[in-house]
Amino acid sequence: MSGSQNHAEPHAEHGDHGDAHGAPHGSLRGYVTGFVLSVILTAIPFWLVMNDVLGHATLTALVIMGFAAVQIVVHMVYFLHMNSRSEGGWTMMALIFTIIIVVIALSGSLWVMFHLNANMMPSDMHRM
Amino acid sequence: MTSYPEWWKLVFGRFTFEALPLHEPILVATFGVVVLGGLALLVLITRMKAWGYLWNEWFTSVDHKKIGIMYMILGVIMLLRGFADALMMRGQQAIAFAGSEGYLPPHHYDQIFTAHGVIMIFFVAMPFVTGLMNFVVPLQIGARDVAFPFLNNFSFWMTVGGAVLVMTSLFIGEFATTGWLAYPPLSGAAYSPGVGMDYYLWGLQVAGVGTTLSGVNLVATIVKMRAPGMDMMKMPVFTWTSLCTNVLIVATFPILAATLALLTLDRYVGTNFFTNDLGGNPMMYVNLIWIWGHPEVYILILPAFGIFSEVASTFCGKRLFGYASMVYATVVITILSYLVWLHHFFTMGSGASVNSFFGITTMIISIPTGAKIFNWLFTMYRGRIRFELPMMWLVAFMLTFVIGGMTGVMLAVPPADFVLHNSLFLVAHFHNVIIGGVVFGIFAGIAYWFPKAFGFRLEPFWGKLSFWFWVVGFYVAFMPLYVLGLMGVTRRLNRFEDPSLQIWFVIAAIGAVLILFGILCFLIQIAVSIIRRDELRDTTGDPWDGRTLEWSTSSPPPDYNFAFTPVIHDHDSWSDMKKRGYQRPLAGFRPIHMPRNTGAGVIIAGLATLCGFALIWHVWWLAALTFVGVVASVITHSFNYDRDFHIPAETVLREEDSRSKLLARA
Repeated sequence: MSGSQNHAEPHAEHGDHGDAHGAPHGSLRGYVTGFVLSVILTAIPFWLVMNDVLGHATLTALVIMGFAAVQIVVHMVYFLHMNSRSEGGWTMMALIFTIIIVVIALSGSLWVMFHLNANMMPSDMHRM
Repeated sequence: MTSYPEWWKLVFGRFTFEALPLHEPILVATFGVVVLGGLALLVLITRMKAWGYLWNEWFTSVDHKKIGIMYMILGVIMLLRGFADALMMRGQQAIAFAGSEGYLPPHHYDQIFTAHGVIMIFFVAMPFVTGLMNFVVPLQIGARDVAFPFLNNFSFWMTVGGAVLVMTSLFIGEFATTGWLAYPPLSGAAYSPGVGMDYYLWGLQVAGVGTTLSGVNLVATIVKMRAPGMDMMKMPVFTWTSLCTNVLIVATFPILAATLALLTLDRYVGTNFFTNDLGGNPMMYVNLIWIWGHPEVYILILPAFGIFSEVASTFCGKRLFGYASMVYATVVITILSYLVWLHHFFTMGSGASVNSFFGITTMIISIPTGAKIFNWLFTMYRGRIRFELPMMWLVAFMLTFVIGGMTGVMLAVPPADFVLHNSLFLVAHFHNVIIGGVVFGIFAGIAYWFPKAFGFRLEPFWGKLSFWFWVVGFYVAFMPLYVLGLMGVTRRLNRFEDPSLQIWFVIAAIGAVLILFGILCFLIQIAVSIIRRDELRDTTGDPWDGRTLEWSTSSPPPDYNFAFTPVIHDHDSWSDMKKRGYQRPLAGFRPIHMPRNTGAGVIIAGLATLCGFALIWHVWWLAALTFVGVVASVITHSFNYDRDFHIPAETVLREEDSRSKLLARA
């Protein structure tokens, strides 16, 4: 386990200072729940694509992205043991920051890229 | 052209002897000087039998102080290279008028301005900033090392590896001719088929791994390893700005790595992310690279703000004015730096709503930055100011940076940007903020923390000479570029038709020569200080009457930094401790647990660099071999359990006693 391995850190001599308010470690039950959930969340998109259940490519893609988002949450909760208390709230803070940055980068890029042709001349005039 | 046998390509990839730049007299001469200088250095080290010392005490060291110093040395070496490029450009532009072609052919000139930008940002500013953070942050928070000492050593050597690749391009093959951000389609396989662009890609990828990991390391250090009592709002401002900078590094460098990886795929396996065909879009590269690129400039400037904050409160002998507002301004800049990237490509086709959004967010950033300027000014107000060298840099910075900030706000107005973009006005603006902000900050930091690192102060005369050459040289070199930019002269040209412009370029070249004197004086300052180190000795550990924890240890600090972890009650904690009549503990020492040096960082980074080199030249067998080597040595290192040791209590006692004697003599 990661908690018992940090001999190399110079402050390890503060004893189990690192573990006192550290991340909670997973239980077998948590790992199994996480595993089962991720298998289900992986199997459904496969099924949707292989059997062409929804009959619409764009719709299927969007639904799969929805499942992927849920999958991320499952991994964070069951495998990365993230909750609002671990590491004194730092993991939650880091997560919120990450989400803000990712949302800014993705939505900003979409906005910018779709806007790029706003000032273009009609294409027949453009070809001189 | 010589013909090469069939097996040549298999063994040496696309390397041929034609790739050696033997037809460029400038490069041949440079190569000669580098080889002679390098040989002289190797002979000197061997004669002094210093190899064992260098390997054991420095190259394999996991001590954050030594790694910080090595980063600074890397920065100085690369500064000389990057500045040589700058001098060559200024020389070329000063003479290439009215039919004269100057002395640099376009292909060579293009490589020089690309290399200048890449080196100055990635291998000068970044190592300097990372080096200062590495050295200072653990000392400021009362820690004995960073959170992951081995990773720190590895990060440093990856940065060196990237620098080595860029330097290699000077003599084997060529460098990119695309400008420092390498926009496609110019940087794609169709228009840049040579190795230059691949040197760029792999050099930055290798160095980027180092930067990202050192960001992770310092975030963990600051969040987890502060001395007891030092809550977030009692952290020194430099530590705060370091935290924000490293959060930015962790959040943005992966974007750079991904963008460069996509371009690499375009070039190596024929994907079409950034081509004009098959649904690719070069604009996506420009968009992505600036999502990294804009936070990058804040990665560089925030630590400089931190340095100036420490310098202001120390040399004015009072608390920093508006500590909380300084912290909040830093955090706000961190967030806002993600909301402005489009101002780097206002003219590339977006409509009015997009341009005005990004124009306004850009102008908003100047508010927290302006607040910081006022905080430093109010710190000086009624302070007991000592005009030592770091304080002089602070004043020069405030005057210069404000000009750069104002031209920046001008460029943030989209209609104005349509006139000024891609002109020398822009070049003048960003040199104005990078030299006036980052470089001045680094020099202030070097002068301020040098005694802590080496145990003696820098000699002030040559430092002041360097200061004046730098400051005057900056204005002489870059104010003409503002004028030229307003007249519509575009950047990256290697010859001009209109002879009336020449005078401005000649003035700018004179400015570059003044800056050269500034750099030489800086080097002389270091040499003179080493020679006269006994009279400049700092026996107290606190030569400036400092206010933060790093000044509570000896200069240079012992390997373990602090014999006992200090307990913090207030910010400016060392100043607070002095006021309360703090007594240094003289007995009761316990063994101190420390990380052990390891050569794994040098080996893994060396293999990764070789792998990059092989990929550049399409030597696939070597690339595969070194990649396997990297993976294997990482796995081997993870089984190395001999990672730590204890400094015995007697050694700590001896060290602390020798400090007591020094203090008694002072």
